[in-house]
Amino acid sequence: METPWILREQQQRVVTLTLHRPDARNALSTACLEQLVYQLEQADSDTDVGAVVIAGAARFFAAGADLRELQQQDVAATQLDHRPLLWQRLAQFSKPLLAAVNGYALGAGCELALACDITICGESARFGLPEITLGLMPGAGGTQRLIRSVGKSRAYQMVLTGEAIDARCALQAGLVSEVCVDALTLERTQQLAQRISQQAPLALRAAKQALKQAQETGLNQGLQMERQQFVTLAATEDRREGIAAFFEKRTPNYQGR
Amino acid sequence: MENAFILSHIEAGVLTITLNRPDRLNSFNDEMHHQLSEALTVAERDDSVRCVLITGAGRGFCAGQDLNDRNVSVDQAPPDLGLSVERFYNPLIRRLSALPKPIVCAVNGVAAGAGAALAMACDIVVAADNASFIQSFCKLGLVPDSGGSWYLPRLAGHARAMGMALLGDKISAQQALEWGMIWQVVAAAELAGHTQSMAKQLATQPTYGLGLIKKAMYSSASNTLDQQLDLERDLQRLGGRSEDYREGVSAFFAKRSPNFSGK
Repeated sequence: METPWILREQQQRVVTLTLHRPDARNALSTACLEQLVYQLEQADSDTDVGAVVIAGAARFFAAGADLRELQQQDVAATQLDHRPLLWQRLAQFSKPLLAAVNGYALGAGCELALACDITICGESARFGLPEITLGLMPGAGGTQRLIRSVGKSRAYQMVLTGEAIDARCALQAGLVSEVCVDALTLERTQQLAQRISQQAPLALRAAKQALKQAQETGLNQGLQMERQQFVTLAATEDRREGIAAFFEKRTPNYQGR
Repeated sequence: MENAFILSHIEAGVLTITLNRPDRLNSFNDEMHHQLSEALTVAERDDSVRCVLITGAGRGFCAGQDLNDRNVSVDQAPPDLGLSVERFYNPLIRRLSALPKPIVCAVNGVAAGAGAALAMACDIVVAADNASFIQSFCKLGLVPDSGGSWYLPRLAGHARAMGMALLGDKISAQQALEWGMIWQVVAAAELAGHTQSMAKQLATQPTYGLGLIKKAMYSSASNTLDQQLDLERDLQRLGGRSEDYREGVSAFFAKRSPNFSGK
């Protein structure tokens, strides 16, 4: 049987996927990434799942890609590598995706956190793209997503020096939305995910798509897309339920229709 | 051991660390930093250690940096003192404040420069009545380092911090006590015994909870009230889940003395 590099746990509508390669500081080998993507796709099609949390270990979220794998690849092999496809599939996950980061999120680990919708980190968290120090560069969204979240100067500094930033700096820069005490990082992230997972599934999906559009199109087009998503929701039962529950001062009971 | 600039031993949950270069007033050289760093690693990793006691051998506590290692003649390029601060002193102070266990400091004699800062970086400072504190940096054209410029105004207030840092006068243990820089002054002959029993007592307490208290106190320096209230909520949540909290409450209701595990 394949070694499970990802541990799955579900509480109500929240699935937590924990990276589990303690001997390799949770390095994201291709096998590990494959399993993560597989789990995400399972969760995506499962109507009992409302949101997913990706977590690591106490000292490492994920300390990069698997260097031994990379070492063996020449240009041809790198061109044929299917890791980019895996990252694409991960980016297509349509439900809210949260990262709970304690310790090091480096290289691919940092890119994974960047690919999530919301990142919460502990005080021990360190985010960095040290690829440059190995004679290579970020290859899974690092140069693109980082600059969009932390701005030009800091992104260049991080990518060109390879030096990591700490939790406080990540918060100031907008890379994470909250910093908490290490021992509560996962719990806090799951709590948020729980709250999110109770919202109307179609509304979550539409809102996430609209948010993603913001990075891909100009403002005008983005506003149009947003309007379209907004109109689509008008036809859902959950929208009627949501507004009715508000006026009746009760908790809405969403059906995903 | 030859060149044991740091002596350390564990007894009854207390890791005692003795700065041991008595002929140089326990001033730091690079090797001594390395040895202290190893001792701190034990404090960090060994669960049986539930309190740390730091003191000095001989008549001084610590005279800061050994200037013999920093002798500069006119024709030499100036040394990068920032590098030594970054490599040795800053990590040391950061580790002391981050250690989730109480640290008692027994100041047995003069604490000068970084040595004074080292003492102030400990959680509970007890000084012998003949001990003294000196901010000696100003006499060499330097700046209080190792957290000295952070601790001084917080402990003694702006006016006294300025006086000490700019004049470099020797402050007696009694004066330091009156200014709120330290916890206690005891007779020199009683210092070792008194601090040992204090450390042993602390080592029987709810260590995990004491660690949370340290975190709350140190965080308050940079947090706003709002942030601190949130942090207190989080730390209290953690404290409430500890074994020692359970033990403390049940001992209270059973009217017996608690037996804390430190977890």
